[in-house]
Amino acid sequence: MAGTKQNGTGTLAANGQNGYKVIGTRPVRPDGVDKVTGRAVYAADVQMTGLLHGFVLRSPHAHAHIRSIDTSKAEALPGVRAVVTAADLPEAEDKVEDLGEGAINLKYLSDNVLASEKVLYHGHAVAAVAATSPHIAEEAAGLIEVDYELLPPVMTVDDALADDAPILLETLRTDSMGEVGAEQTNLASVFSHQRGDLDAGFAGAHLVVDRTYRTETVHQGYIEPHAATALYSADGQIIIWTSTQGSFAVRGQVCEILKIPVSRLKVVPTEIGGGFGGKINVYVEPVAVILSQKAGYEPVKIVMSRADVLAATGPTSGSNIRVKIGVDADGKISAALAELYYEAGAYPGSPVGAAANVSLAPYAIDNLQVDGYDIVVNRPRSAAYRAPGGTNVAFAVESVVDELAEKLDMDPAEFRILNGAKENDRRPDGLQYARIGQIETVEAIRDSEHYQSPLEGKYRGRGIASGYWNNWGGQSSATAVLNPDGTVNLNEASTDIGGTRASIAMQLAEAMDIEYEQVKARVVDTDTVSYNDVTGGSRTTFATGLAAYNLGRQLLKEMKSRLADQWEVAAGDVSYEEGTFSAGSESVSFAEAAGLVQREEPLMASSTVHPQDFGPGFSTQCVDIEVDPDTGKITILRYTIAQDVGKAIHPSYVEGQMQGGVAQGIGWAINEEYIYDDEGRLLNASLLDYRMPTSLDLPMIETIMVEVPHPAHPYGVRGVGEVNIVPPAGAVANAVFQATGVRMDKLPISPANLLEAMWAKEAEAAELVPGDD
Amino acid sequence: MAKRIAVETTLNGEETVFLCEPRQTLLEALRDNLGLIGSKEGCGNGNCGACNVILDGVLVNSCLVLAPEIEGRSVVTIEGIAEDGVLHPLQQKFLEHASLQCGICTPGFIVSAKALLDDNPAPNEYDVRLWLAGNLCRCTGYDKIVRAVLDVAENDA
Repeated sequence: MAGTKQNGTGTLAANGQNGYKVIGTRPVRPDGVDKVTGRAVYAADVQMTGLLHGFVLRSPHAHAHIRSIDTSKAEALPGVRAVVTAADLPEAEDKVEDLGEGAINLKYLSDNVLASEKVLYHGHAVAAVAATSPHIAEEAAGLIEVDYELLPPVMTVDDALADDAPILLETLRTDSMGEVGAEQTNLASVFSHQRGDLDAGFAGAHLVVDRTYRTETVHQGYIEPHAATALYSADGQIIIWTSTQGSFAVRGQVCEILKIPVSRLKVVPTEIGGGFGGKINVYVEPVAVILSQKAGYEPVKIVMSRADVLAATGPTSGSNIRVKIGVDADGKISAALAELYYEAGAYPGSPVGAAANVSLAPYAIDNLQVDGYDIVVNRPRSAAYRAPGGTNVAFAVESVVDELAEKLDMDPAEFRILNGAKENDRRPDGLQYARIGQIETVEAIRDSEHYQSPLEGKYRGRGIASGYWNNWGGQSSATAVLNPDGTVNLNEASTDIGGTRASIAMQLAEAMDIEYEQVKARVVDTDTVSYNDVTGGSRTTFATGLAAYNLGRQLLKEMKSRLADQWEVAAGDVSYEEGTFSAGSESVSFAEAAGLVQREEPLMASSTVHPQDFGPGFSTQCVDIEVDPDTGKITILRYTIAQDVGKAIHPSYVEGQMQGGVAQGIGWAINEEYIYDDEGRLLNASLLDYRMPTSLDLPMIETIMVEVPHPAHPYGVRGVGEVNIVPPAGAVANAVFQATGVRMDKLPISPANLLEAMWAKEAEAAELVPGDD
Repeated sequence: MAKRIAVETTLNGEETVFLCEPRQTLLEALRDNLGLIGSKEGCGNGNCGACNVILDGVLVNSCLVLAPEIEGRSVVTIEGIAEDGVLHPLQQKFLEHASLQCGICTPGFIVSAKALLDDNPAPNEYDVRLWLAGNLCRCTGYDKIVRAVLDVAENDA
């Protein structure tokens, strides 16, 4: 039975529901006070004795051979302690390894950190300096002389696949579902998911819509720039303090790049100022390590500038997408084709594989084909961004779906319900769904006060769209220490980007039937617990929460067992209810028991998990907009998101994820894009010109939490972090059609792009008027 | 080593003297010279508001002020918002409303909201959104931030 909870009233208090005591409440997060008082230590805040400051010199060119680098003038500047280039890194092997976040060629990994033979994008790191002040380091970097041989830039899918396209990577060959090509190419890989009979499905269709789309490169836009401090000690031990979604991912990458065993490197995660997928790849961490070593074992801190963050980290892929969907006369989808061309940036690895699964996932389709192409271009190596690849393709698919519903004269929500995927249906790659909540999210929107209310006024429109994200389980490790005063220290290694200390601690508290305040959650370093995957894939509250649940159960079991020994009864005779252990005439509170059971021997528990049966997330969203016909500017009037959240552990943070994903999706839909000049130089590497939404650009974002509990988690948790960013661009585009009659075929729907499309439509309409020449 | 100059100022109500290089920004001096890490650098050119401080009662981006400019003036940073160990109502409401996710923008928002309420104790939602448009948050979509500020405002909207 699905339940829904609508917010939007600012209500704070909510008692636990469905028999839970802690789950479903909204306590203050453990790191809250430090974060509202300015005490929380983020990566750039790390200070220590003898700290040197690093600065990275970056390529002003999009594509060039490096003929030579002369660092002598930089080295001679007073205050400079070390200068490094790719020559200071071990030679990287041209081989593919899985470092816990997807397979990566080690040579590409190393070359992206410091370019060896070629620079492949404006902003590509070529050298770095450590000095006694950041100003001296920057001055010194300006004295480094790099001799470049310029090559023509390859900026888009079309540039890269042209017959005479310049080649970015000498050794790259197309991997076509395991078969490797012989020719040099910019096409890294190609794949196809197929089922049913596509031709028959289209041949029998009552109506077919076939469209192509273009989406631009966008950045994750976390407010904290990348920063890291490294200390290479004289004994060979290394410590890195960094802002990362995965301390073990940093350890893995740095150790591969520097060819050192993991036992020599400890990664200490600081507080992290946003990531959204962009803080998994390493950039400055290995550079800080080799600078520290070369500077005589002094610590080195590197803090990226905002311009460098935009030019050299993130972003996510631009794409060319074709979507063709056929329906029968009743509106049932008879066949669907999607072709996805994703720009990987300088090295292979766009999220096109994930995008293929997102593409048609909300729909039950017997005949389908989804083709994916991973293409290298002279842009930064793409990184994960919240439901990687999903927003691009959902914009395309949801636009076609909206056009089909319009032409069928069907309500777009009813079209989605009629065709909605449910339990036992399959996503594009064939994976079969367990219990999912796609249709429930559409129904929640259809039945919402928002969707049911009229929208009137010229140049106003309403659009809806759905989206899917796979989520992830991944590996987590955690330990719990029972304190003799009845509190529990929870040590976990999932870095906390959005309140997961709270959502994980709440699950431990629920499992032990104690108060949330009795659990002290902390994020620990890579030497303290075992391997732990990144905070990503919407996995943390699900998987690390599962580990916390296990810890609670273990501690309780052991407490009962020890009490049984002391009371000289069978373990099964000790009961634990309402915070009290009892057997016969014996009875103690949890806090008393915590002391009693540790008189002879301390008590702690550890748990490692690797759940495979994570539950996917779906979301359907509704937006009202108004278009200014003179400027093309879109105003968001009202926004409602329904999302299947499984079970909301901490509803405020679940709503926060939903609202945040929507806000990012709106930015992607209406403003955000990388703008390059003809030479491939990034023109808008500032937060003034890379225009993310402000508080004035958005209304309150109404949330409907649809709770379809995930059957494979003790509390029904599904990941909630990512799917919310998938539908917004499609929803806005569909609202734009209602407002203006224009079907946008590109993102962003910026004022300039929308005005151009509106003018083109007017010109087209004028041509249709007979004798109007 | 560039020549350093001594700056005398009032920092969070305390008479303070510090040394800085003439080219150092106020943000850099606060963080590196004075150890006040609560003001954050998100952009370094006045677009994100993570470094906002109140200078003689006026909200400014501390990354756009040179440290020597605060000579003889009064600066309030995030570290000066709570008084005598008691959280300011804005800090308390940011916690209760879950107005922060990663938290990097939070000090800037709280300082900005403080400046707003000092100037206009009863802002409506539009006033809050307009005033806070100089602060970027990428996590929350602003909903819970705006609600927290309105909750503290006198009209209690």
